Amino acid sequence: MITQMLFSQHEKKTVWAVCLILLAAILVPLANLLIPEDSVFHVPGYLVPLLGKYLCYALLALALDLVWGYCGILSLGHGAFFALGGYAMGMYLMRQIGDRGVYANPLLPDFMVFLNWQELPWYWYGFNHFAFAALMVLLVPGLLAFGFGWFAFRSRVTGVYLSIITQAMTYALLLAFFRNEMGFGGNNGLTDFKEILGFNVQAGGTRAALFAATAIALALALVLSSAIVRSKYGKVLVGVRDAESRTRFLGYRVENMKLFIFTVSAMMAGVAGALYVPQVGIINPGEFAPANSIEVVIWTAVGGRGTLIGPIIGAILVNFGKSVFTAAFPEFWLFALGALFVATTLFLPKGVVGTVQQFLARRKEQKQADAAEKVYQDKAAARAESRLATLEPLAAE
Amino acid sequence: MYRAIQTFLVALCLLISCLATGLRAEENIRPLVDALGATAFPQKIEAVKALAASGDPKVGDILKNLSDGKLYAPKTGGAVYLEGSADGTYLDVLTGAAVSDAPGNLAKIRLNNGLRGAIGTALSQLTLLSPDRSARLAAAQDLLKDANPDNLTLLNSALVEEKDAEIKSTMEAARAVILLKTDATAEDKKAAIDTIAARGNRDALTILTAAMANAPDDLKPVIQTHVNAIERSLAVWDIAQNVWYGLSLGSVLLLAAIGLAITFGVMGIINMAHGEMVMLGAYTTYVVQQTIAAVAPGMADFSLAFAVPAAFLFTGLVGVGIERSVIRWLYGRPLETLLATWGISLILQQAIRTIFGPTNRQVDNPSWMSGAFEIGGLAITYNRMWIIVFSLGVFVALLLLLKRSKFGLQMRAVTQNRRMASSMGIRTPWVDALTFGLGSGIAGMAGVALSQIDNVSPNLGQNYIIDSFMVVVFGGVGNLWGTLVGALTLGIANKFLEPYAGAVLGKILILIFIILFIQRRPRGLFALKGRAVEQ
Repeated sequence: MITQMLFSQHEKKTVWAVCLILLAAILVPLANLLIPEDSVFHVPGYLVPLLGKYLCYALLALALDLVWGYCGILSLGHGAFFALGGYAMGMYLMRQIGDRGVYANPLLPDFMVFLNWQELPWYWYGFNHFAFAALMVLLVPGLLAFGFGWFAFRSRVTGVYLSIITQAMTYALLLAFFRNEMGFGGNNGLTDFKEILGFNVQAGGTRAALFAATAIALALALVLSSAIVRSKYGKVLVGVRDAESRTRFLGYRVENMKLFIFTVSAMMAGVAGALYVPQVGIINPGEFAPANSIEVVIWTAVGGRGTLIGPIIGAILVNFGKSVFTAAFPEFWLFALGALFVATTLFLPKGVVGTVQQFLARRKEQKQADAAEKVYQDKAAARAESRLATLEPLAAE
Repeated sequence: MYRAIQTFLVALCLLISCLATGLRAEENIRPLVDALGATAFPQKIEAVKALAASGDPKVGDILKNLSDGKLYAPKTGGAVYLEGSADGTYLDVLTGAAVSDAPGNLAKIRLNNGLRGAIGTALSQLTLLSPDRSARLAAAQDLLKDANPDNLTLLNSALVEEKDAEIKSTMEAARAVILLKTDATAEDKKAAIDTIAARGNRDALTILTAAMANAPDDLKPVIQTHVNAIERSLAVWDIAQNVWYGLSLGSVLLLAAIGLAITFGVMGIINMAHGEMVMLGAYTTYVVQQTIAAVAPGMADFSLAFAVPAAFLFTGLVGVGIERSVIRWLYGRPLETLLATWGISLILQQAIRTIFGPTNRQVDNPSWMSGAFEIGGLAITYNRMWIIVFSLGVFVALLLLLKRSKFGLQMRAVTQNRRMASSMGIRTPWVDALTFGLGSGIAGMAGVALSQIDNVSPNLGQNYIIDSFMVVVFGGVGNLWGTLVGALTLGIANKFLEPYAGAVLGKILILIFIILFIQRRPRGLFALKGRAVEQ
């Protein structure tokens, strides 16, 4: 019945994608843990967190696509929400280290002992509970996005201006998190994690589980996004994207709609960050760098904005390319990335998925047209025949 | 009244030193020199001090020889000789003539740290009389910092001979500080306090505050008034200094942002590669400097004169190239342009990194741009000053270009209403290309200026791009005055926040301020009015 609901509610493509991701969530961990190492189907241990990282990026790109592809808000600060979610998770993981740190302080993380801090800052309270940290992963990016969007959308800051102030936001956070006084580990960030929910973060089983969790989160996000996009609200969002003033004049509260999607998207980015941190084992202020946020935009653009599967494919493709490139010719990665930006905007404005869709749609149209033509011709032939048939008796006479 | 006392003091010094000069006969220091041959170190130190106090012009050489270990004396103590060029020959210490009847038991005069210290002090005192101006100034400043009452006589004699006003005032201050430490009369001390207060800088404040502790009661109110006055004037100078730093930062921001404002104002696109244009300009400066150093080393001081047009032309051409090849396909899609130019910026950065390497390149300041001068309590470096002059020059030139030339007229027309301008026969594509070239060229010139105060590295542009955006967003587009006001306001605000909040927090506060400001005025301070706004 659930399947039926899914099918009736969502596009077929989305359902296929969700199934594929869920399949990966099951198969990759199994292939890692159960299949013997000498088998072709074995997924080596180093690959699992790497794939998990790609999926986190895919989730981030999907979040950006919701605001950019469907609502026209080009956020150059989504990396900030991602990093905030990551920091919330990092704080939980830091508290889990307990007295196993270098300084063996049961309460304070190592960097605080190093900085000679005597007690835990108030904003670190509660992060020893996973549930609280998980709540913060959603709340902190969500609240920031809500506050930021509240001001920005209400005063109708749009287009390039909005992009620039989102960039300023992540830049300000970058500078802030670099400061030791902030109490987030300064330059080095948070690292040296030991356990998550009592399991060793380095262990193969935990990594496989984290991968599965990431894949499930991505699948859920995809279902949620699809539900949003296909709802009436989603249709109006597209209206906002294409003709904001007109939508406003039709009586819709554009700023509230933008605020909602912006906040939801920021929360999704936060979840992506939270899943990312235990898999890569570190979070530092570098994640706030404006360049990172712009890179997310290009993943989305390459895959195809305004489609739900596009950003996922784009993020995985570009990051896979990055892994290959930086290993093979490290100097040329920036050339390749730069060229990708230019080429995508010039030649693939709809992205890979968008272009394929366009092509398919055109072919379908062509087919329909052909069919219509054929029907017409058949009819014409039939008519001619029938006319002939009516004429024939006359001719015979 | 003070003046009278001062005159009197000077006259007194004159008298004393005249007497001293009169007595300065050569043979008078011979016993002092021979005292250096004493066996005990304390005696030797005494001798060094006595020599230094004698003020004889030869003392410097003698002490130098002593510290170099060239002086010999009998082991049992006695007359001192200078070692000759050959082994076993000795010279007279004072005349330098060969001595044939030197005693046989001569040994090198031994030094210890106490003696070396005494020699050092004595030498620095002696430099007060050196013919080299900077050496005298340095010595006078040393004395001011480490006011030792022993040096009073020497200082008095030096003061009489000193002609240079700056050195003289330093010496007088040093003398006043010394006087405060001695048991001079209350009158003298009062005059001394006035002399110190007249300097009016931070050092004077420290000296006076220190003097306050052991000053006689009747002098305390005098010192207190002076301290208050100096503190007040220092506060004013501090503000002036902050404004100056702010202007300097603002002018750099102005240079970096003005090109951005033009392209954004006219074409409605954000050029993310603008920072890289600045970087290209800085590298052009480097290349020009290297070329000139290789071809015509004599012209090194004028390399900037070649670098400015070279950078303008080169980056301008790169800009036109980018516009013709990429941006013109993306008009009407500002967000895509943003992404494409970001891609270009990555490529340019990596290209420079591949060609010149990732490390900083050394660009030298020409001689007329190094150094500093002071106006009151304001220290002004020449390179900052020239950059302010340069950026204002660029600003005025651009203003004239926009208001007075045909190209400027066309550009303004396109800014206001592109389609109408096009209908009137303006070739908007050419205006766009030239505008983009102009904006890039100005960025290149900003790079020339930045190469003088910042590291020339592939990341140079990245450090300024976000600040430039802030200036443009804050000042509003389509109006150069907005950029000017925006840049200077942000520069000054930044420098005023720094002392209270620290550099990083200050910057964060500015960013937050701008984010909030944009909510109030989404189109910046000097917003363009009319239909263009709603496009």
